[in-house]
Amino acid sequence: MNTKTTNVLLVGVGGQGTILASKILTEGLLSFGYDVKMSEIHGMAQRGGSVSTHVRYGEKVYSPVICRGEADVVVAFEKMEALRWLPYLSAGGRLIVNNHEIFPMPVILGQAEYPREIEKYLSASAPGTLVVEAAKTADELGNPRVMNMVLLGAVVKTLGLDGRDWGGTLRSCVPPGAVEINERAFAAGKTLLPG
Amino acid sequence: MKVILTGNEAVARGAWEAGCHVAAAYPGTPSTEILENLGRFPEVSSEWSPNEKVALEVASGASIAGARALCAMKHVGLNVAADPFFTMSYIGVNGGLVVVTADDPGLSSSQNEQDNRWYALHAKVPMLEPSDSQECLDFTRAAFDISERFDTPVLLRLTTRICHSKSVVETEERVESPVREYGRNPAKNAMLPAFARQKHYIVEKRLEDLREFGESSPFNSVTMADGAEIGVIASGVGYQYAREALGDGANFLKIGFSWPLPRRRIREFASKVKTLWVVEENDPFIETEIRAMGISCFGKDVLPVVDELTPAIVARAVLGKEPAPGREGEVPPPNRPPLLCPGCPHRGLFFPLSKKKDVIVTGDIGCYGLGSMPPLNVGETTICMGAGFSAAIGFEKANEKAGRNRKVFGILGDSTFFHSGITGLIDAVVNKSRSVFVIMDNRITAMTGQQENPGSGRTLSGEETVALDIPKICGACGVKDDNIHVVDPYDLKASAEAVDRAWAAEETSVIVTTRPCALLKNVQKERAGMKCFVDEERCVLCGACLKLGCPAISKRDGRIVIDQEACNGCGLCVQVCPKSAVGKKGES
Repeated sequence: MNTKTTNVLLVGVGGQGTILASKILTEGLLSFGYDVKMSEIHGMAQRGGSVSTHVRYGEKVYSPVICRGEADVVVAFEKMEALRWLPYLSAGGRLIVNNHEIFPMPVILGQAEYPREIEKYLSASAPGTLVVEAAKTADELGNPRVMNMVLLGAVVKTLGLDGRDWGGTLRSCVPPGAVEINERAFAAGKTLLPG
Repeated sequence: MKVILTGNEAVARGAWEAGCHVAAAYPGTPSTEILENLGRFPEVSSEWSPNEKVALEVASGASIAGARALCAMKHVGLNVAADPFFTMSYIGVNGGLVVVTADDPGLSSSQNEQDNRWYALHAKVPMLEPSDSQECLDFTRAAFDISERFDTPVLLRLTTRICHSKSVVETEERVESPVREYGRNPAKNAMLPAFARQKHYIVEKRLEDLREFGESSPFNSVTMADGAEIGVIASGVGYQYAREALGDGANFLKIGFSWPLPRRRIREFASKVKTLWVVEENDPFIETEIRAMGISCFGKDVLPVVDELTPAIVARAVLGKEPAPGREGEVPPPNRPPLLCPGCPHRGLFFPLSKKKDVIVTGDIGCYGLGSMPPLNVGETTICMGAGFSAAIGFEKANEKAGRNRKVFGILGDSTFFHSGITGLIDAVVNKSRSVFVIMDNRITAMTGQQENPGSGRTLSGEETVALDIPKICGACGVKDDNIHVVDPYDLKASAEAVDRAWAAEETSVIVTTRPCALLKNVQKERAGMKCFVDEERCVLCGACLKLGCPAISKRDGRIVIDQEACNGCGLCVQVCPKSAVGKKGES
């Protein structure tokens, strides 16, 4: 087993399903025998605020939080949040960005402008940035809410863990009636990445 | 069995394993999930209490009667429960009594950053401080034994990172612990002055016994590293950060039994290292004791008191290592502050109130605190639970003295009303306040993630129960029927009329809004098909709808767009549109 700790940062907007995605990720990593720590913030920030979930795994993990410049993978459920959390990406890290915009209140009120050409900037700053159409894929599958599973599929692939058995974990974490669509979304997410 | 649990889940599991019989709490981030999880174990009688003081008194009564009891709260909750907490230190326990305080360094969801470790010192009770989920489970189990062995409540101190971080935990099965015998014993349990005076001697002696016990507690442990000269004394998540940052390059004295502190072990550890560092979040609690012992160390002179620590902060302080520069964005993106949800019923009262000139709005703790953000900007004070009402009374008195002609509106929610708003309303009536007291009744404790309260009609375990009637309570507190305005906040006209009438009243008046929280499952189901939409031919882009501050409404590419996924068809935008350009479908 790789002894180095791997750091995955999931960021987005409260209500986007980052918590369920990180739950499946951590439960799966535990089942593969890793030491795992996960940290997230509940409460007020969840009301449409900027949210982040830190997942760290390896042989032995101490800190539950990831520091700036240390995330091996950052997955942004919302485009502008990718910009906010970019300083957390490590030098050789991989950024995955959902091509999806949610306007914050200052933008809705016209007090600020939603940043333009985010993808261009991110790709220049973090070579290898993957912009994925998770929202569109989830829509095509028939339920916009499974966007989080599409992104989870992409993360698992990026981590090189797509060959592992995630089925049992996924089934235990979502309601019985929603298993099938979540499985399809998870599988679709894995195909959004090259290779 | 190996599982991955949050600290809160692990505390609940540990209490269950320890044979806990009774648990009580008032919800508060980051502590809420402890009772939510305990409520799933049928062996534990768990309840949401109206406030933390009641919760601790329920747990105290259970303990005196011989049951193992736990009470959980956020840090500021212990201020509310401080009264029973200090006296239970004198009374001690029969069945084990564990008090959990969940502090919030970094203020992720709190009004202050107080360090509740001082409560252990102040109330002279032992304190345990876990640093991960396994320790949350182990320390909770041990806390019941320590409580019974030393006849004292035990304070279990968590922080947000401990509560809401997950790590791997080895669980065990429940060990049944029969409810102990109870016999009448006023000298122990009735703290009349004569008895309490005697008890104080016992408390002082107990503290010395506990200090001796802490010297050999396995929760305080030393890890020496070959050739390392640095020594670190750390507790809580600070220990994990220090281990992460310093690895095997430092010696550690990890403090888990953190009051009373093990002075001999500290002195011995300090004598073996060249430089000594104390890594703890917020106040210099351990450091103060170490310095008082005459031992020199680095602590809050180089580490911050404010906010959370991180491994990078520890590495910079101890090793002088500059944090990774990361990759700065060229332009920092706009802020994304938390906000009132689409369809939030609070908006329907805040909107007409935001139009009112010459008003002062004293706010409170809950989602409605978000009304003070743009564009509504309603609310100017937030102190603590209940102060939305009581501070209004004082504000009115000061306004009178200053000759300011401004009507005061005090605002709080249903759960806050039951918690400590009722007493403020009684004060208002009895002392003839002419202010307006608004209860935004959404039938649930919303901000913390929808916990039942005395107005919900259900208990923590989901059982049906009485749903208290807020207008009737206001009437019973002495507010005249004519001055109690009950409105549906989705009806802007009715809300505005209620605000106007209350504004003009010369006596204490009350407004109660009656829409349940838009996030409630049954509400979401009921309203699933209800959506508002824009008729672009009529829309003149005046932006009146944007002034509601609804996150579902935005202007994109020169058009007003309503996000159909987020919208719940509350219809406020339909009512504010001057051109009748917003329609609504799926009306029930």
